[in-house]
Amino acid sequence: MTFQPPGQQGQPAPAGPSSPPVPALSLLGLAKRFGDKIAVDGISLDVPAGSFYGVVGPNGAGKTTTLSMATGLLRPDFGTALVHGVDVWQHPLEAKKLMGILPDGVRLFDRLSGEQLVTYAGLLRGMDREMVASRVAELLAALDLANDAGTLVVDYSAGMTKKIALASALIHAPRLLVLDEPFESVDPISAANIRDILDRYVSSGGTVIVSSHVMDLVQRMCDHVAVVAGGRVLAAGTVEEVRAGATLEDRFVQLVGGRNHTEGLEWLRTF
Amino acid sequence: MVAHLLRLKLTLLRNSVRRSPWQLVGLGIGALYALGIVAVCVAGLFVLRGVEIELAQTVVVLGGATALLGWAVIPVAVSAADMTLDPARFTTFAVPMPQLLAGLALGGLIGIPGLATSLVALATVGTWSRSLPAAAGALLGAVLGVLSCIVLSKVVTTATAGLASSRRFKDISSVAFLIPLVLTGPIVAGIARGIAGSGDFLTGLARALSWTPAGAAFSLGGELAAGSYAAATVKFLIAAATLAGLALAWKVLLQRALVTPPYAGTSKRRTGGTGLFGLLPATPAAAVAARSLYYWLRDPRYAGALVVVPLLPVLFLFQGSQSGFYGPFQFVGPLTAFLLAWSISTDVSYDSTAFALHVATGVRGADDRLGRALACLSFALPVAVLFSVGPFFFTGDWDKLPAVLGLCLGVLFTGLGLASVISARYTVSVPLPGDSPFKKPPGNVAQTLAVQFGGMAVLLVLVAPEAALVAAQFITGSSVPGWIALALGPVLGLTLFAVGVRTGGAWLDRRAPELLAQLAVNR
Repeated sequence: MTFQPPGQQGQPAPAGPSSPPVPALSLLGLAKRFGDKIAVDGISLDVPAGSFYGVVGPNGAGKTTTLSMATGLLRPDFGTALVHGVDVWQHPLEAKKLMGILPDGVRLFDRLSGEQLVTYAGLLRGMDREMVASRVAELLAALDLANDAGTLVVDYSAGMTKKIALASALIHAPRLLVLDEPFESVDPISAANIRDILDRYVSSGGTVIVSSHVMDLVQRMCDHVAVVAGGRVLAAGTVEEVRAGATLEDRFVQLVGGRNHTEGLEWLRTF
Repeated sequence: MVAHLLRLKLTLLRNSVRRSPWQLVGLGIGALYALGIVAVCVAGLFVLRGVEIELAQTVVVLGGATALLGWAVIPVAVSAADMTLDPARFTTFAVPMPQLLAGLALGGLIGIPGLATSLVALATVGTWSRSLPAAAGALLGAVLGVLSCIVLSKVVTTATAGLASSRRFKDISSVAFLIPLVLTGPIVAGIARGIAGSGDFLTGLARALSWTPAGAAFSLGGELAAGSYAAATVKFLIAAATLAGLALAWKVLLQRALVTPPYAGTSKRRTGGTGLFGLLPATPAAAVAARSLYYWLRDPRYAGALVVVPLLPVLFLFQGSQSGFYGPFQFVGPLTAFLLAWSISTDVSYDSTAFALHVATGVRGADDRLGRALACLSFALPVAVLFSVGPFFFTGDWDKLPAVLGLCLGVLFTGLGLASVISARYTVSVPLPGDSPFKKPPGNVAQTLAVQFGGMAVLLVLVAPEAALVAAQFITGSSVPGWIALALGPVLGLTLFAVGVRTGGAWLDRRAPELLAQLAVNR
């Protein structure tokens, strides 16, 4: 693969030599309210550069809202988001150049063929034609979509649609990848391929943030994790720190709560 | 169980209204429209009480047969079948079949088309309230007829579910349906002329139809009013057998459909290649233009406009040949320019949340605006100019051409500029991607109307100079204002176009996330 992100050099580091490295993504007090419902209630998070960061949380925890605010898709009511030190909401164009985004629950321009859609994403970013063409070909091959390059995205299956959206997010070789539920309805083979791609991307200095419900996957794949519930961060750090000896799933349940050990439903065993 | 299904349908209807009060306004407008039509029909049917039996019978039977045809064809043709109680959703509930059928059939009555048909059908009782047996027969006929309508529509939609769920069929049928819709005027005129020529034919047709499943139910009242009890008995049997047969067919089809879910079908694999993206320059604006052009061709919501446009001159030419006055025909060019330019005022709304790609990639607002406008311009300009010049070959009134051409170019460029501003700031409710262009869009009807009519009012002000010059030529007969319009139209239009693209682009740069949030509400 050719979309290796540039390394640490040349990043806009405003701080002096003694300060810690600039995080790939730094959220400070992000908050969002929809009507009466507070979706995100002051989330602060530092995603170190070069990490594979998992964001886990129950349904309605505010994961998608947080990631949308971090990537410039949804304006926060309060708080700031910095991508490699660039404020997403003050300098959106610069920040968006550094990021590749796979949003969850948005449509695609699905009357284009898969190849056209990824090409479109590259051209919108102002890339030149030859580079777009060669990267599109490689991406489609890597994601097992080469045979369906000419099929309209509207006729794709759910998993293929996810993969073509991922390809659109990778085309410009971003330094930070923000993937909201990237493995949903993706078959195991393709998921393994995607994981390989992401692993290589991280090992060459890129940063990946994924949100997921699947604890096992996050525990195996990620080196850092944040547990989000009710619009707040309950725990964040390396996977080892957060799970503290238990499995991530047990720790998650312990942190989030809400498991009910009711004695009811006896009738369910009476048939 | 039947009551449960009916309650479910009512609850779904009520909840859809509860999402916002404006939804209620939209439903109210639809209901008022239907009520108007119903009122006219009901009044007409009561008037028929006073005419001779033969004529009343002809009208009622033909009307009933038309209703039956409408219920069979329209849901499939516009792929807007009422799927709130989609039988597929009940697969796992093991509802006994007879009760499921009864519940779904009665559920079909709830809703504007069902209620309207029922009311009009019941009004035939008024037509035949000449004697007690006739009124009772009409009532029976109305019940049988309406139920037949609904069950027939279910039979057709169930039978074609596999076909109708294929995207290609949906795309084509919804666009093709526009053609008869636009040409309603000429078609109705043609039929009316035919009727005027052969009044006896319709009486004969009605008499024949009344012996077939299509007209038997609605002919009961008339037969009883005429006192032919034997014929009425036979026709009752025909109508009852029709309903029973349809119900049986529906049951069989539904049983099969429940265990074999519709297969959406695969589209033919196209060869790869980037097409227009490779042909146009590799810039963001050109990429947006290429994407827009594909949507004009592939998305029925856009393609519908492209189908209507060539029909416009036909329509006006027909109107001119009827009245011998070609005044409106001369302005088909500016009208086309307006329709095409204005169609991109809903561009971002048509994107729906796919617009997130533009936000995520940080494409400059001006590039976004310019790309969309150029895509439209690429075919709107030649078509509008052609339509401006064409009519003068018929009228020969060549000295008015400069004025009309100036107005046309002014409207086209000004409209594109204004539409670029409007769609950067306001969303309107449109059918979602993949939905039929005829489907009632979700969301705020009142805002849609305000944005659309407000925008058109502004456009009217902006093209006032050209319009005034055209009017001046038509009033004074001097050709000088026309030549001024031809010079002013493109200059003023292009200026406003540039201003519109820049203003819209600046608004988009500032507010793209807010626009996306508005789009996400209706997704």
